[in-house]
Amino acid sequence: MSISKKIVDDFVANDVSFITTVPCKQLGGVIEECEARPEIYHIPSNKEDEGMGLCAGAFMGGKRPAIIMQNTAIGVTINTLVTLTQFYRMPLPMLISYRGELKEPVACQAEMAVHTKALLAQLNIPTYHFHKESDVEEFDAILKYTFMCNKPVAILTDATFWGGY
Amino acid sequence: MIRSEILREIAPILRPHLVVCNIGLPSQELHSIDDQPTNFYMLGTMGLASSIGLGVALAQDKTVISIDGDGSILTNMGTLPTIANNVADNFILLIVDNGSYGSTGDQPTYAGKLTSLTAVAKACGCENVVECKDVDTGKVLQDAIDSKKMTIIVCKCDSGNIKLPVITRDPVNIRDRFMEAVKA
Repeated sequence: MSISKKIVDDFVANDVSFITTVPCKQLGGVIEECEARPEIYHIPSNKEDEGMGLCAGAFMGGKRPAIIMQNTAIGVTINTLVTLTQFYRMPLPMLISYRGELKEPVACQAEMAVHTKALLAQLNIPTYHFHKESDVEEFDAILKYTFMCNKPVAILTDATFWGGY
Repeated sequence: MIRSEILREIAPILRPHLVVCNIGLPSQELHSIDDQPTNFYMLGTMGLASSIGLGVALAQDKTVISIDGDGSILTNMGTLPTIANNVADNFILLIVDNGSYGSTGDQPTYAGKLTSLTAVAKACGCENVVECKDVDTGKVLQDAIDSKKMTIIVCKCDSGNIKLPVITRDPVNIRDRFMEAVKA
């Protein structure tokens, strides 16, 4: 089974039915899979903070949301994570493409990569790093954990995990 | 009319519906005029009232009205194409367009100058966009609710604020109360 399919299967099994995405090459397969599943309302957003607003609304409306984005978006969304998702104590699984790690061809991506974990730690956001393909086996448990504790939770997926950029 | 006068006038129309209210003075005003469990007050995160409201509308069937401002729409302009392309006929976006950033001291916005949010919303693909005068807001809002069509209302009004205390209700309580009202 492909990693993308396994990830989306876990979303569906955990009743995640509202997923917002911004485009990403590494996460392209997951995004396509979200679009293809009838159980999921896939709503592309223009910026990640907008997407977090959509997710907050969907959660309050009774659906389990998730956001799929790149790690550069941590820089865009700190205020939203703190004053919306955390302040109102809402769950939000964030499936993140960890650009700028090993096998990265674009130098600029490394600039944000070096800040990614530090920023997430500063925000007290539980963070998991998928590096080996088998790490995906924890995804189901991470989703359950997220909706148990009502927090934003980051899952960083790097190029090695995806089998090379 | 200034925003607080409009809110006072439309409060009875808002009351039976879910309302997501913009950060700062709009939320403080609505909270003081007619606090309801069906009101979600934004205490932070400028710009996301429309996104949160759309999310609520897409997730369930009750009518949702987002009360936004021209400054907040300008902050999150990407919201309009998302709204246009994800039609929720139980969603109404009411943009109180007073041409100023009220909560920070009435600094002028570009919407009060050359930029028309009505034209922007239409260009983004929103099908039902109504621009109205402040005095007509109640009628236009009620018509939009009754139409059961997703509608963007741009209400042109005067800038100006009344002095009110900040909302001290705990955010988790605001959210929980709102979620109970959604389920009721």
